[in-house]
Amino acid sequence: MSHTVGDGSSSARAEGNACYRRPRGRLFSVVVFMAAAGLVLAGCGSRVGDSGGSSAQSCVDTSGDSVKIGFLNSLSGTMAISENTVHDALALGAEQINASGGVLGKRLEVVREDGASEPTVFAEKATKLIGSDCVAAVFGGWTSASRKAMLPVFEGANSLLFYPVQYEGLEASPNIFYTGATTNQQIIPGLDYLKEKGVKSLFLVGSDYVFPRTANKEIIAYAKANGIEVKGEEYAPLGHTEFATIVNKVKAAGAGAVFNTLNGDSNVAFFKEYRNAGLTPTAMPVMSVSIAEEEVGGIGVDNLVGQLTAWNYYQTIDTPVNNSFVQAFKAKYGQGRVTSDPMEAAYTSLFLWKAMVEKAQSFTTDDVKKAADGVSYEAPEGTVTVNGANHHIAKTALIGKVAPDGLIYTEWSSGAPVQPDPFLESYDWAKGLSG
Amino acid sequence: MDALFNQLVAGLSLGSVLLLAALGLSLTFGQMGVINMAHGEFMMAGAYTAFMVQGLIADAGIALLLAIPLGFLIGGLMGLILEITLIHRMYHRPLDTLLVTWGVALILQQAARDIFGAPNVDVRAPAWLSGSINIGVVAVPSARMFILVLAVAAVVGLSLLLKTTSLGRRIRGVVQNRDLAETVGISTRSTDRLTFFIGSGLAGIAGVAVTLLGSTGPTLGTNYIVDAFLVVVAGGIGQIKGAVIAAFGLGLLQATFEYSTTASIAKVTVFVVVVVFLQIRPQGIFTVRTRSLA
Amino acid sequence: MTALAGRHADKFPGKLKGNYGVALGFVFGAVALLVVAPAVLSDFRLSLLGRFVCYGIVAVGIGLAWGRGGMLTLGQGVFFGLGGYVMAMHLKLADAGPSGVPDFMRLYGSGQLPVWWEPFRSPVVTLLGVVLIPALVAFGLGAAIFRRRVRGAYFAILSQALAAAFAILLIGQQTTTGGTNGLNGFRSFFGFNLFDPVNKRMLFYIAAATLLVMLAIVWQLYRSRYGELLIAVRDQEERVRFLGYDPANIKIVAYVLAAAMAGIAGALFVPIVGIISPASVGVVPSIAFLIGVAIGGRATLFGPVLGAIVVAWAQTTLSESFPSFWTYFQGALLVLVVAFLPGGLSSVGLLLRRRRTAARTGEPPLPVPPFAADRPSPPEPDLSGIRAGSEPGR
Repeated sequence: MSHTVGDGSSSARAEGNACYRRPRGRLFSVVVFMAAAGLVLAGCGSRVGDSGGSSAQSCVDTSGDSVKIGFLNSLSGTMAISENTVHDALALGAEQINASGGVLGKRLEVVREDGASEPTVFAEKATKLIGSDCVAAVFGGWTSASRKAMLPVFEGANSLLFYPVQYEGLEASPNIFYTGATTNQQIIPGLDYLKEKGVKSLFLVGSDYVFPRTANKEIIAYAKANGIEVKGEEYAPLGHTEFATIVNKVKAAGAGAVFNTLNGDSNVAFFKEYRNAGLTPTAMPVMSVSIAEEEVGGIGVDNLVGQLTAWNYYQTIDTPVNNSFVQAFKAKYGQGRVTSDPMEAAYTSLFLWKAMVEKAQSFTTDDVKKAADGVSYEAPEGTVTVNGANHHIAKTALIGKVAPDGLIYTEWSSGAPVQPDPFLESYDWAKGLSG
Repeated sequence: MDALFNQLVAGLSLGSVLLLAALGLSLTFGQMGVINMAHGEFMMAGAYTAFMVQGLIADAGIALLLAIPLGFLIGGLMGLILEITLIHRMYHRPLDTLLVTWGVALILQQAARDIFGAPNVDVRAPAWLSGSINIGVVAVPSARMFILVLAVAAVVGLSLLLKTTSLGRRIRGVVQNRDLAETVGISTRSTDRLTFFIGSGLAGIAGVAVTLLGSTGPTLGTNYIVDAFLVVVAGGIGQIKGAVIAAFGLGLLQATFEYSTTASIAKVTVFVVVVVFLQIRPQGIFTVRTRSLA
Repeated sequence: MTALAGRHADKFPGKLKGNYGVALGFVFGAVALLVVAPAVLSDFRLSLLGRFVCYGIVAVGIGLAWGRGGMLTLGQGVFFGLGGYVMAMHLKLADAGPSGVPDFMRLYGSGQLPVWWEPFRSPVVTLLGVVLIPALVAFGLGAAIFRRRVRGAYFAILSQALAAAFAILLIGQQTTTGGTNGLNGFRSFFGFNLFDPVNKRMLFYIAAATLLVMLAIVWQLYRSRYGELLIAVRDQEERVRFLGYDPANIKIVAYVLAAAMAGIAGALFVPIVGIISPASVGVVPSIAFLIGVAIGGRATLFGPVLGAIVVAWAQTTLSESFPSFWTYFQGALLVLVVAFLPGGLSSVGLLLRRRRTAARTGEPPLPVPPFAADRPSPPEPDLSGIRAGSEPGR
């Protein structure tokens, strides 16, 4: 009958006949037995509080004439846009180090892994790099989620991660070196600059995730202490492209400036809407902390000219070190490419690690950590120095303005490197912010 | 009062974007039952068309006006190829079209990444579309006004096509009773192809339009696809007026909630409202009586 | 109902039929997962396989709801996430100690524990919650959706919107859910140190055993009267109604079971991977769950699991070396299998056998993929669960 339900080809059809049902009990007992056996076999691990247990035994091999390091960036997925650029900068750094004799006379052998824009994959690949590839250090990560996912891996295995992106602070893992800015090297200088320019009120716009929320908490505390009024605080879901309402609110509030912590694509929609609504950088400037040279092209220079950014590096920095960095980068990847802050921070992180290893005369994690304090490097952004206490680096804060050529030019500088303070302990107004 | 009018405009404008994105779907999904997840990627193709045309023609205004028919053509052709190669053999398995077109969407996104690069590209708005028009007390951004007009034009055009032309009669006939339509001599194959071509072409137009508002990149389509399907589902299949009402309704709802709460909460609320609404009217706002039991 | 019952299993070629074939499959699966894999794989690879086994558990549920029940569940990420977050909340609280507060709340929030976190201090509540919370949510949704006879594409799109809404909601509540960071940094699992490789192996055994148990449960269901009704509802919902059964109830059971399985999978995923975040629960991962099931063979017992594990494995190994190629490959595989081989790769053997039989009997061979779908006769299995006649608008 063609009306029987489906036909044989849908397969795995169990016998419906009642007399075939007997084997049920037998099979169940087999499965249960297997499961029980498996559990018994396995159930002999250490409990919390046992001594030993987790073995932080490193398998890094430094006997040969080369040493392995890992690059862990998202080469696929939504974050690939940003992280590919960091990967390129890291590859350039490794190439240059190898060309000049390597680290402690050993050539760098790079193992590259794809984080696939997923925190779980980052954790997994970090485990692989440390455990199977036995790398001496890992460079990479971008989103806070990816860093948070990798943190327990590096602490558990006592290995090293160099994280190159500005972030929300409130973290200082003994196994991570943070070579991007923490909040007091980027956001607070941005606020200082606006205050200096006489801005009396602010509107906060950000994407709905950890960095903007944390940053805005600090901005509000700063504003309160400095007599600046915060006229509004708005969050858009990540990837949001509909900014009519938020821009309406910004316009209605009439603040002196906008502090923008939006991420990725949302910036494009926001700035198009902002301009279409007739808001200009002279009447109401926008201070952005996530827009670098890379992003300017996609947003459209027309929509950005005259707007402000807060970073620690711009391609336009005119020093011999930076000029040769930019030249080398363009020579390797094409004249159309630009360099940006996270790329420079990643490039710098590689050289900082080299300096630490050479100071320690060892690749071992503990020796490198001990030697880290005070290690300094003439980076494209200027002199940077590692703070051994919190594993961040002292760097100069720069406020920039987007120019019609699509590059960002320094408008204001902190002059000297700002000491990193991820928990904002040296600021009175920030007391009680972090729990 | 200003705020009220501003939000009204914001809601209508969001509604017009949703409508443009969903109009093609109301044809391919609503009329043909195909769950085309690659609809968003056809929008992306339209957006990249706008980018390419701008590379060839310096004047942004002429480029935009030229990109609209070209976007329609490119989106439509991609849809046509999809229909001929894959969809036509799957009309009796509508749920499977979702997976197949999802696979196609993955491929198209990666292709865009490999052809145009992963970073967003910039599509410039012509001078006459930057700035805003004053209507009474509110200043309406010209780009949004343009999209509103475009959406209305697309709806009117499509309605005329369906109501007054012989092609339109054929489409409606096939939707309402495929077998009978075949019996009276309508070629359902070519009607299916044309319907799919038009539906996908509308996605191309939508893609050109949204370059005025947002980013142009490989993931452009994914930003709109879920919302667009919700519009069609809420509007009820088979009728354009359902999609129109649902699009503007959801747009206004989103704008209202967003003004009083946050964008995230507004989005979640809109989803919940649609789910609850479908509890009351499982077939959406409007529905066509067909010979099916559902 | 005898007409419905008089069918024969075709899962295994030739002589091996029915129960013996399935039992052999179980033994083979148990040996592979519990004996061979731990013996040959490194700790890292084993923990990877543990993650894929979690996807496999989700796939078992999807096979039941979608393959057998015709409900295209595009929102399994929600249930996976519910189970995962419940477990993660417990692990965070356990790490924080009695009356402690998870670290991220002190950093980003008020340092106050929200009331709804409190119950998950208890291991018992947690273990119950892992199963019951997804099940209850699914029951509520299912009751609302299926009783109103929302089905087919409407159901698929609603469940997708649900996944989108769930992810947005999680991201928005940063101080209580960890936002995009999700919950991570677990140190112990019910008192066992998570950094100890021996314990990580134990987690793998638990996941693998759970998978086998879930498969056994589903197999029993498939063999029961309920299993037949479920297929009947998939293929001809109206006729089942005329027979006096309520299709909504039948569907709700499958949907709830699938949700509970996804919840359990999520709960096992958390200690194995060490993180649960909105990136694992939204629209894209929800669809990704389906890919393996579709490729493996949605209506079979073992197909969904094998498909899910193999696809995840291929993704991990291929995307390392060829990130761009992998995306094309995955897309193309999905297109080809679903369009031309709706029974999944499990049905290849069957199609080949049909051809061989045809060659022996001298009849023209039945088409093999990729042309199988072109032939109207013999009737193709209607695997989508929707017949042209019952789809609105068709």
